Amino acid sequence: MTLSAPGPSRNLPQYGALIAVLLANWLLFPDFFAIRLQDGRLFGSLIDVLNRGAPVALLAVGMTMVIATRGVDLSVGAVMAISGAIAATMTGAGWSLPAVLAASLAAGLLCGLWNGLLVAVLRIQPIIATLILMVAGRGIAQLVTEGQIVTFTSPALAFIGSGSFLTVPMPVVLTIVVLAVTALLVRATALGLMIEAVGVNRLSSAGAGVNTPVVLVAVYVWCGLCAAVAGLIVTADIRGADANNAGLWLELDAILAVVVGGTSLLGGRFGLVLSVVGALIIQSMNTGILLSGFKPEFNLIVKAGVLLVVLLLQSPTLTLFLPRPKGARPIGTVKPPVAPTSGGAKP
Amino acid sequence: MTASTAPPSAPLLTIRGLSKGFLGVQALDGVDFTLRHGEIHALLGENGAGKSTLIKTLTGVYQRDGGTVALEGREIAPRGVEEAQRLHIGTVYQEVNLLPNLSVAENLFLGRQPMRWGLVDRGAMRRRARAVLHPYGLSIDVTAPLGRFSVATQQIIAIARAVDMSAKVLILDEPTASLDAQEVAVLFRVMRTLRSRGIGIVFVTHFLDQVYEVCDSITVLRNGRLVGERRTADLPRLDLVAMMLGRELEAAAHRIDIGPAELDSRPPLASFKGFGKARSVEPFDLDIRPGEVVALAGLLGSGRTETVRLVFGMDRADKGEATVDGQAVRLKGPRDAVRLGFGFCPEDRKKEGIVGELSVRENIILALQARQGWLKPIPRRRQEEIADRFIRLLDIRTPDAERPIQLLSGGNQQKALLARWLATEPRLLILDEPTRGIDVGAHAEIIRLIERLCADGMALLVVSSELEEIVAYSRRVVVLRDRRHVAELRGGEVSVERIVAAIASETPNVEVRQ
Amino acid sequence: MTGALQRFLPLIVTTAVLVVGFLICAAQFPNFASWRVVANLLTDNAFLGITAVGMTFVILSGGIDLSVGAVIGFTTVLLAVLIEHGGWHPVPAFAVALIAAGGFGAAMGGVIHVFQMPPFIVTLAGMFIARGLGFVLTTDSVPINHPLYGELNDMALRFDFGLKLSLPALLMLGVVVAAVVLAHWTRFGANLYALGGNRQSAELMGVPVARTTVAVYGLSGLLAGLAGIVFSLYTGAGYSLAATGVELDTITAVVIGGTQLTGGYGYVVGTFVGVLIQGLIQTYITFDGSLSSWWTKIAIGVLLFVFILLQKGLLVVWAGRGGEPAEA
Repeated sequence: MTLSAPGPSRNLPQYGALIAVLLANWLLFPDFFAIRLQDGRLFGSLIDVLNRGAPVALLAVGMTMVIATRGVDLSVGAVMAISGAIAATMTGAGWSLPAVLAASLAAGLLCGLWNGLLVAVLRIQPIIATLILMVAGRGIAQLVTEGQIVTFTSPALAFIGSGSFLTVPMPVVLTIVVLAVTALLVRATALGLMIEAVGVNRLSSAGAGVNTPVVLVAVYVWCGLCAAVAGLIVTADIRGADANNAGLWLELDAILAVVVGGTSLLGGRFGLVLSVVGALIIQSMNTGILLSGFKPEFNLIVKAGVLLVVLLLQSPTLTLFLPRPKGARPIGTVKPPVAPTSGGAKP
Repeated sequence: MTASTAPPSAPLLTIRGLSKGFLGVQALDGVDFTLRHGEIHALLGENGAGKSTLIKTLTGVYQRDGGTVALEGREIAPRGVEEAQRLHIGTVYQEVNLLPNLSVAENLFLGRQPMRWGLVDRGAMRRRARAVLHPYGLSIDVTAPLGRFSVATQQIIAIARAVDMSAKVLILDEPTASLDAQEVAVLFRVMRTLRSRGIGIVFVTHFLDQVYEVCDSITVLRNGRLVGERRTADLPRLDLVAMMLGRELEAAAHRIDIGPAELDSRPPLASFKGFGKARSVEPFDLDIRPGEVVALAGLLGSGRTETVRLVFGMDRADKGEATVDGQAVRLKGPRDAVRLGFGFCPEDRKKEGIVGELSVRENIILALQARQGWLKPIPRRRQEEIADRFIRLLDIRTPDAERPIQLLSGGNQQKALLARWLATEPRLLILDEPTRGIDVGAHAEIIRLIERLCADGMALLVVSSELEEIVAYSRRVVVLRDRRHVAELRGGEVSVERIVAAIASETPNVEVRQ
Repeated sequence: MTGALQRFLPLIVTTAVLVVGFLICAAQFPNFASWRVVANLLTDNAFLGITAVGMTFVILSGGIDLSVGAVIGFTTVLLAVLIEHGGWHPVPAFAVALIAAGGFGAAMGGVIHVFQMPPFIVTLAGMFIARGLGFVLTTDSVPINHPLYGELNDMALRFDFGLKLSLPALLMLGVVVAAVVLAHWTRFGANLYALGGNRQSAELMGVPVARTTVAVYGLSGLLAGLAGIVFSLYTGAGYSLAATGVELDTITAVVIGGTQLTGGYGYVVGTFVGVLIQGLIQTYITFDGSLSSWWTKIAIGVLLFVFILLQKGLLVVWAGRGGEPAEA
């Protein structure tokens, strides 16, 4: 995994921030780190952070690679709603768990394929291309549930949301599995290199023979799959599908997690683990605000504050004034300004 | 052939001892330039000559380090394009920098629209736009978006805007680069009209025919210095090319062993028949045999780069056919070319070559990895071996293979790009200006490398402005002028004199060989 | 194709879609073709129309504003808190709300310009802040019972032929007319188009980029504030979750209205038509009774896709010469 982490100094801010937020929570709530075992499942505030952070962490995994190619996927929330709606409806209709899972994941894959084709083949800007599914996706989810909040009682599907494996809650297990599979897929193959190359310089990559359209389609497909898994978890957890509210605003949380994790919105180097850390930072803050007795409404302002601070650190204007640590890039740096070329450098 | 026979009039713009440097590079070094009222003055020079810097200093984009600039005897130092415009210096660039989405009238009057009762008087703006364009012979729908018109028309509109904003000095920076012959004729008519109105025009171009057709005087720069100023009528074409290239024509170049003569009888590796693309390069025939170096020579903008981009599939040819090993092939994109065993180091390294944030190692293995496909990753250790081998072999100066390539010097970036293609063991390597912007040491190494590669049986297609280099290593030289392959020199015919003569010739005196 | 026809093609297509849509509705439902339906269409979509005008300006300048829905929500809460909890008269409350919303937008424009940050992400942060501020004021839905609200809601312009235009509808029409004048008869309007066409060229041609950027986001905020006032009149309450997703509806209206999302091309009138098309789809579904509301979203998604494709095709025509460089 050295590719995602050129030096330890680069990852320090994220881990430091996570530890700081967790410590702050502990100060506010001394029992924060207390973990107990009950009915073969771990419980406690820390477990809660992991469990509740799972959907955003999953979205962040897929979103990281999309952002690494200089794109963005606004439709992940809607895709979650679709996959959840399919799962709940099919379970209600008596389908078996494997069929339900296959159908939900296939829906996510198709959504990703649609986005990817719009971006790679029709060359529509990612924000706009994925806006279409963001708008229509929720309608499709409601179409599946026929506008109802579909509930189900199948313990098999519910297990994905509230069950546990070796005492660890299933959402956490699934997130770790998806993270591991994704990391394997991009780092054990050359896909990670291709993604970063396309994100840094699409023209150069194409000139070196990289199949840029296929790389782009692949990241959007994977992002759709991750969103489908997140949708399954949320649906399984609440034992029902709410097409209107499932995954609402989560695309923004996912983008925030990726940005906090240090992947630049301008594409290039990405760190999957760091994005998950970013998601956990956000979730710890949410939990902390709840625990400290503040109204949960402050969450949004705190999130905006974090987003602005991270962005300001990335801003080309500001980095001109700040001394830069030698050899290390500030988190999620933008590309350095091009030095003036000597006279007559015209193509 | 020169249009004006009137004697030179009083100076309009006088530049003396102009100097400008960037980070230790002296882009302009004590340059003099004089523009008179009612004169079209060509500003010529190859890449890095300092033309752009001179223009940007005049238009306030750069501030000069030293020297004086006087307009009608008054010293000026514009600090921005707007101020230059107020000082009566207007500029029109090759890439028309008007706004294609606004109407013609809005483009002409942006920021100075006629107002009535606090609102833009659109009727008056239309009428005045028509009036402004009338002397240029343009009677077009001024409410239509600018982007709907040809580049030539847009150029004229840009000129009209600059002149209407009271320009006395008009700088035309390669305005004809993307125009066809008829459009150029229209533009020249406009330029002559403006000259007769007493406006001084600085004309930057790479087309020598155009210089002789429309210009009164010529100033040549080279490497940031003034080579000389001449009346067009007094300067033979051959002398002009020599001034631009800075060659002492009698100097014979040292030729290396360029391979046995029987190479010519070998079947070509790649063969192009009637290959071309409209508005880019005229259809050409080109054969490349294994083990030979074919060079493309010509002035900037003559179609050299366009030719190699077609060969590599970076641009798609709209005419002709390509065969490799006698088989017809399709070159729809770089991936096709890479599959055929081609490699390409582009002229614009930063934009189309390096992947800046990635490491030297990743940049070197990128093409090899892309050809293998993402499912067959090159193991990390193997990547390091390849990278280290080429870093040693090409003497790439980097602390280690993990350094982001954007932090390397230009020469080392170029060598890393060469390594990227050598790692794929290509059959045909295309190099566009491989020694541009590279220090002397690296320069010599790259030339030695080219020699070694062709000795190993690889075919090379090289674009270069360095004629001595070309002469030193090429078996054949294709000379281009005005987007046309005009001559082919081979074996013993290859010499700087003959290349220069072919570039300067008015009519193709050497037929393209089949 | 003549120049003018080609230039107005997106507008013509959009208008044709609206007219054909209206005719289909009228043919299907006997009571549809009435002034009442038209008046309701205008009133129900007034806040959306006003917001979409601001969004059109932002998009024309090459940016985007994701905060508008949140600003509407915040405005309704601010009004409710000032009037009901603070005992203010609505008129000064309106003024404060407009200043706050406009200032908020201008501040975002300033951040975008000074720090050279992508508008998408800055206005996303703005959205969080505005929603958060609304929540901090109150999380409840606060009814506004001031008598002026009743009077304003009863105000209407009646025409002899049967059309009755409510205050929100009149405000929207007024904003649209003013916006058309601003876009095409002022230097500010020309500067917006210039900025969206090509920022660098615009700067070289003397367009005040900083001032224009701050002004356009300020204007978008101001119009979102006005939409918030209209929304509070329309619902008679202030609620911090009001108008969620409106940013997407307005962007959709702008695209359907023929404005290029990359900036530089488009018309305010087109956006107005785009808003009406969305309203028409909703009205159709209400009239039908058997169709479910989610078809609105799907239909709008399909329209969005079709219009983006249409734009893509037109852009190629506009750009005229040369293709894109070959790739892969």
